[in-house]
Amino acid sequence: MRDVAVVGFAQTPCVRETDGTTNGVEMLVPIFHEVLGGLGLTKSDIGFWCSGSSDYLAGRAFSFVSAVDAIGAFPPIMESHVEMDAAWALYEAWVKLQCGEVDTALVYGFGKSSAGQLRRVMAMQLDPYVVTPLWPDSLGLAGIQARMGIEDGLWSERAMAEVAARSRAAAMSNPLAQLSGPVSPEDLLDEPYVADPLRRHDCAPITDGASTVVLAAGDRARELCERPAWITGFEHRVDSPSFGTRDLTASPSAVAAGKAAGADGVEVAELHAPFTHQELLLSQALGLGDITVNPSGGVLAGNPMFTAGLSRIGEAARRVHDGTASKVLGHATSGPLLQQNLVCVMEGRD
Amino acid sequence: MPRPLSAPLDVGFDYTRSTGPTLGRFLSDLRRRKVTGIRGADGRVHVPPLEYDPVTAQRLTEFVDVASTGVVRGWSWIPEPLEGQPLDRPFAWALIQLDGADTSLLHAVDAGSPDRISTGARVRVRWRGDRVGAITDIECFELSDGPGDEPVEADDVTMVTTPVHLHYTHTASPTEDPFLRGLMEGRLLAQRCPACEKVYFPPRPACPTDGVPTTDAVELSDRGTITTFCVVNVPFLGQRIPPPYVSAYVLLDGADIPFLHLLLGVAPEDVRMGMRVEAVWKPREEWGPTMQNIDHFKPSGEPDAPFDSYSQHL
Ligand SMILES: [Zn+2]
Repeated sequence: MRDVAVVGFAQTPCVRETDGTTNGVEMLVPIFHEVLGGLGLTKSDIGFWCSGSSDYLAGRAFSFVSAVDAIGAFPPIMESHVEMDAAWALYEAWVKLQCGEVDTALVYGFGKSSAGQLRRVMAMQLDPYVVTPLWPDSLGLAGIQARMGIEDGLWSERAMAEVAARSRAAAMSNPLAQLSGPVSPEDLLDEPYVADPLRRHDCAPITDGASTVVLAAGDRARELCERPAWITGFEHRVDSPSFGTRDLTASPSAVAAGKAAGADGVEVAELHAPFTHQELLLSQALGLGDITVNPSGGVLAGNPMFTAGLSRIGEAARRVHDGTASKVLGHATSGPLLQQNLVCVMEGRD
Repeated sequence: MPRPLSAPLDVGFDYTRSTGPTLGRFLSDLRRRKVTGIRGADGRVHVPPLEYDPVTAQRLTEFVDVASTGVVRGWSWIPEPLEGQPLDRPFAWALIQLDGADTSLLHAVDAGSPDRISTGARVRVRWRGDRVGAITDIECFELSDGPGDEPVEADDVTMVTTPVHLHYTHTASPTEDPFLRGLMEGRLLAQRCPACEKVYFPPRPACPTDGVPTTDAVELSDRGTITTFCVVNVPFLGQRIPPPYVSAYVLLDGADIPFLHLLLGVAPEDVRMGMRVEAVWKPREEWGPTMQNIDHFKPSGEPDAPFDSYSQHL
């Protein structure tokens, strides 16, 4: 295997609504400038570009093609796209680097959730024959999962509110967060249900945003970054899309991905958990114990769809870059109710 | 700066899919007020039936009749239903394990209020009167420990159609906004890239060559040159002009990128690359933020432009 590291990360502020188009160009131009400028690179130094986004979220066909305008793709570039969270685009780029074809890759994702009705758009990822025609909304489905865990004694509404309070407190040190500030779990529990047993604080907010990560291999990574976040494990696993056949209070795919990626001994984890109970479920599945989870506030503090998972990996890598941790974990999820899980373990080398 | 122009964008389409043998059997049976599952490799009965085993990926073929009554295994409460959902009053989403099944089906329960439903509650199917062979033939479930309805005769279905309607607010980019506002006044406003100085009409959020936002507005005349064209001979759904007619790429004077528009006032066989054209505008009272303000282009009568003048813009 080639040594490949995350060497750069940039993200837009997480905001409830932007003025821009749904193809993300206005959000992407400044973060490309930031991440390339920070590394002393120009677009011609990048060997491979890969993105994650969703046409259903954008409400237009081939929105990812329009997004390429933000790169300035002339002379022609090598480019690819996944209709998933950009964490999976990062995986594709990592494989490309493993193949030895290129030494650098820039990965990006974007989502303007404010343009549509996110709860309905998410129904388009469900089984088109027996589920989507009912238009199940993402909050309603997550509510079923939350209740199953509550009734099995795996978590409680109180524990869920504590996750939300911890996320917002952590986000106070994240200037790009959408939701932050001191809140008490008691106050949160006084709020009404939006999809009983879920309250508003249990659900990630609706967010517009974009983010980008730069990968580099071997000596190129050492040139570009004082303390690269070397990827030592990168795995993704899938559970059945038929969620009525699954035990929704467990996540075999997260367990398997964490084990294969070598999650043991990580000091910091950034989890892509759009609902409070899912953070509890994932911490358990990945065997995280009482380490620091989501020091950025996680997606409960800002959830730019189709790039929030990539941002988790970027946030985790930042803890290696700045020397505050030597082994970190970034996680991303895709599909309904934690159906797919990706784990990226990164280490600093002194 | 005012916010960019925005407008509602409604996207609608009917997804039409063939059902195949497994889902076709399930959906045909729903039409008959019957629920059918399938036996998995581990002996579990899956409802809805799966085509392949979720663990071994083995093809599944053994259909099993199950009841239209069952038990709630998990639920959430929806106080404000959304468009397209099974009920338009508050309801529960529930995973329901039908009697005879080992896995759960997602559907709505018409429980009235959240304190009337609980995990373990008995439910039964409320069938739609007009069944077409779709999951929505189950109107919803209702709280009941009574028996299910008797099946009836009905023909098989092999296709299923799901109408999809999604609603967006489409927003113009900061560079498209002055272009659209200009059109409302009959002005053609392009944008020049500060890096390569190419003039884009219509403008784009960023120069696709340089990846930087365009910054300088440039007003263009409504005259230009045909760079290339095609004669449309084929009728299609939604066509507004009887064929044959000419769609042409028009390079406005001063622009670097041509755009597609309609060319009238000339026989198709007389259209040429390099032909000079001018805009024919709709009446002013019909103008809006759209290129349709220009009804079409017509030959201006000027001599043809030399090939070299547009060869870089094809
Ligand atoms: Zn340019």
